[in-house]
Formats: sequence, C-alpha cells, structure tokens
Amino acid sequence: MNAARFSAASYWRCFAGVFVRELLRFVRQRERFVAALVRPLIWLLIFAVGFRSILGVSIIPPYETYILYEVYIVPGLAGMILLFSGMQSSLSMVYDREMGSMRVLLISPLPRWFLLLSKLMSGVMVSLLQVYVFLAIAWAYGIQPPPAGYLYVLPALMLGGFMLGAVGLLLSSLIKQLENFAGVMNFVIFPAFFASSALYPLWRIQEVSPWLYWICQFNPFTHCVELIRFSLYGQLNVPALAIVAVCASGLFGLAVVAYTPIRKAVPKGKPVSAGT
Amino acid sequence: MADRHEQLALGVSGVSHAFGALQALTRVDLSIRPGEFRLLLGANGAGKTTLLSLLTRLHRLQSGEIRIFGQDLLSAPSNALRHLGVVFQQRALDLDLSVAENLAYHGALHGLGRSETATRAREELENAGIADLMDRKVRQLSGGQARRVEIARALLHGPDLLLLDEPTVGLDAGARSWLRAHAADQCKKGVAVLWTTHLYDEISEDAQITVLDRGEVRADCPAPELLKSTGQSTYEAAIAALQPGRNAA
Repeated sequence: MNAARFSAASYWRCFAGVFVRELLRFVRQRERFVAALVRPLIWLLIFAVGFRSILGVSIIPPYETYILYEVYIVPGLAGMILLFSGMQSSLSMVYDREMGSMRVLLISPLPRWFLLLSKLMSGVMVSLLQVYVFLAIAWAYGIQPPPAGYLYVLPALMLGGFMLGAVGLLLSSLIKQLENFAGVMNFVIFPAFFASSALYPLWRIQEVSPWLYWICQFNPFTHCVELIRFSLYGQLNVPALAIVAVCASGLFGLAVVAYTPIRKAVPKGKPVSAGT
Repeated sequence: MADRHEQLALGVSGVSHAFGALQALTRVDLSIRPGEFRLLLGANGAGKTTLLSLLTRLHRLQSGEIRIFGQDLLSAPSNALRHLGVVFQQRALDLDLSVAENLAYHGALHGLGRSETATRAREELENAGIADLMDRKVRQLSGGQARRVEIARALLHGPDLLLLDEPTVGLDAGARSWLRAHAADQCKKGVAVLWTTHLYDEISEDAQITVLDRGEVRADCPAPELLKSTGQSTYEAAIAALQPGRNAA
C-alpha cells in the first residue's frame, strides 16, 4: 500500500498541524468570531422575541412540555453556525486555492483524502468553539437544556458540521472564482436554512404547505438540526443520525473525487498548441 | 532495490497534457540525475508551470509517465512526493502566520515531530541567513525575505529533488545571486534541482538545459552544447534559433 510507510504519528502530526493553522487564523481574525456569533444572537435575542407570541410551539419530541419559541430555535441556530462555518471554509478554500496556499497542503506526501479530511475537520473543530460559546450565551439568557445535553450534543455537532463542511468542500471545487461565492449565499445557505426545521416545526409547515414540507424533509440540514435538537435534550434521533451520516460520507466522497487543486480556464474549439 | 543515487531523481517520459482544446505539453521527456542542476527554459506559456504542476500532482497526469527516484507518481504518489521540495512561482506563505508557524505547518504536513521541525527550521533559516526573522509575521517581510523563507520551507523535510518555479521573479540582483548559489550548494549535497525560468541570464556553464517551446522539448543538453549545436554565440540567440516564429523573451 502506497501510504503504508507513514506511521499513525505522522497522520496525527499532519492533522494537528492543519488544525493549529486553522485555529491560529481564526484567533487572529477576531471579527470573524464576532460575526459568527452576532448572526445567531440577533435571531435569538430579537427575532425570536418578536415571534414568540405569533409562533406557538406545542409539545413535540424531544420537548416534554410547552416551550418558548426561543427554546425551539436554539438547536436550529447552532446548526446555522455550522452551516455558515461550512460555507465560510468553502470560501476560505477557494481563497487558498487562488492564493496558492492549497498547493502547500496538497503536495504533502500524505494521501489527498486525508489532507482534505484534516482541513475539513479542522474547520469543524473551530466551528464547535463558536457553537459552545453561543450555547453558553443562550444558557445565560435562560435557555438551559439538561447539563448532560451539552456533552451528548458534541458528536451530533461534529457529524453535522462534517456534513456541512463536505458541502462546502464540494462547492469549493465547483466555484471557479472567488467572485462567484455570492451565489452560494443565495442558492445554498438561505434555501438550506429557511427550508428546514430550524425556525419552525415541520408539522406547522405541513399544515400550510405540503410541498414545502417535502422539500424540508429532503433537506439534509433539517435532519442535522433535528439530530442536534434531540441530542441536546439527551435523546437520539436514529433516522436523523442515519440520514446525516449517509449524506456526510457521500458528500465527502464526492468532494474528494471532484477536488481540483488548480482551476484553469479551458478553451473550447479546435486543438491548438500552447504559446500560439 | 537499486541504490538511490544510481536511480534518476526525476524521469519524465512521453508526458502530454491538454486543457480542453489547448495542447499544453506534447510528449515531453526529461530526466535529472541526483545532484544535477537543470534549467528548464521557456517563454511565458511554454508549458513550464504545467509540467511542474504535473510533477507535484496538482494536475492529473493524462498520458505518459513520471517517476521520482523510481517511484511512479500515479501509482505510488506518497512515495514519490516525499522526495520533493517545491517553491511555487506564486508566493504560497500564510501571511497572517509567523515564519516559524509557517514552517511548523509544513513540517506537520510531512509528518515531522514538533522538536524535529523546530530544529530543522532553525537550521534552514540560518542557511538562508534569516534566522532572526523566525517570529516575524510573513506579511511584514520583503519579497526577497519571503522567497528565502519559501526556500527554507522547501528544504525543511530534507528533499532529494528541489523544484523551483521561476524563483527569481520580482527579486533584486543580490537576492537572485544568493538563490542561485544556494541552489548550487544543494546540488553539492546531492539534491537534484529543477529550476524553471524564462530569463536567459540565469544560464550558467555548469547547468543542464532543457528548452521547452509551445509544450515541446526543443533541446536537452549541457549549456555549452547549446551554443555549439545551434552555431550561435549567445544563449539568447541559441534559444531564439530553437523557437522559430517566437520573439525572444
């Protein structure tokens, strides 16, 4: 086997090196951290308060009693942080590709799938820090899931973050230029977020729009949010886990196969030789 | 298994590459022995960077074969890439990290431990004459200093084949001559160097020359042979003679 000459320690050092780089970049870009937190906090502290009286939430699993709207949207907002972070890392990969630093990563002798996995998981770990800071602020605001939920939710956040990071990695292969990234906002982030159970329960959507309900059901982000919601309250949502796990591995596989380190404009027409 | 120094450091045979309708390389053959200094000469668009991208597996090999110290790049990429040190034409340092952090990142990507990386980083930065810049952010470095950091980084893991893609672009005369001398030192240690350039004044008498024009190899010989075979008195005229229909760079 080609890569068998590398020890487990070499793989670990490589992953640690990629993670430390991502962490240093994140720590040194404080505005990125603040921006990542401000977005969900606006939803929690302003939007949710405004909609509390309009959007009532009945007793639905995993909740065992009536809950305030703010309580309902916290898992969705944790998912929102992962979603934006996944897309942010996609933007960062397009930038790194244009600036040449992706080449430094990809000429490492370790297998390319492992390098991309390290890059992806490092982004996920950084986004977990953001989610936990957000959950801490929500706790201080009065939204207090069972203490064990903070531990149970960790693997759910990692798996969900991995799936959304894989979407970002796949997108970074499809985006030709940094300028095209704005389209990602309109065609990926907003539809994924709004056509999900992040802001409103699916039964409510089903009552008013069956077709939107089915779109939400086919949206992997819905299942990511539900996985987080149930885990945060100490329960395992097996269908959501299965869907997120399948989507995560499938999307990552696709992203690795599709990944192109260098984008070059390809001329069409009759063959011509270089330099002519 | 043959001794490493009896093998070719780099063996490229029959490599062709196209970007859609654009034929970038056509049946390119190239070989480099350990400790050899080879200049890959060609005007802009000749295919030099495409060839280096194939050697570093940044482009997928479409046809032909590339072997690095006998390891096939397609079937054994990890074993082949571990021999390579690369300096890209475009600066590829992380601007927000310090010099030491950039080197630590590179060491980790090659599976080196933290203390080994720190020791090697200090050695290479000292060799490059910039050990005092260890803790400086890359953003604060001059172009010449950043290039020296890239050379130190490329040598950090002890490669046997150094690929330098237009390494002197944007450098002043002093930095250029340091870089050339540093590359020559590496050759004395047994490291093979492939240096791409479009600047004829970088040709030295002791170099092996490969001239690439419109994706095809036009000449492959020691530098003095180039003058003899073309009957020209200067390298610029010799290369112009090998590239009919193209103005000298």
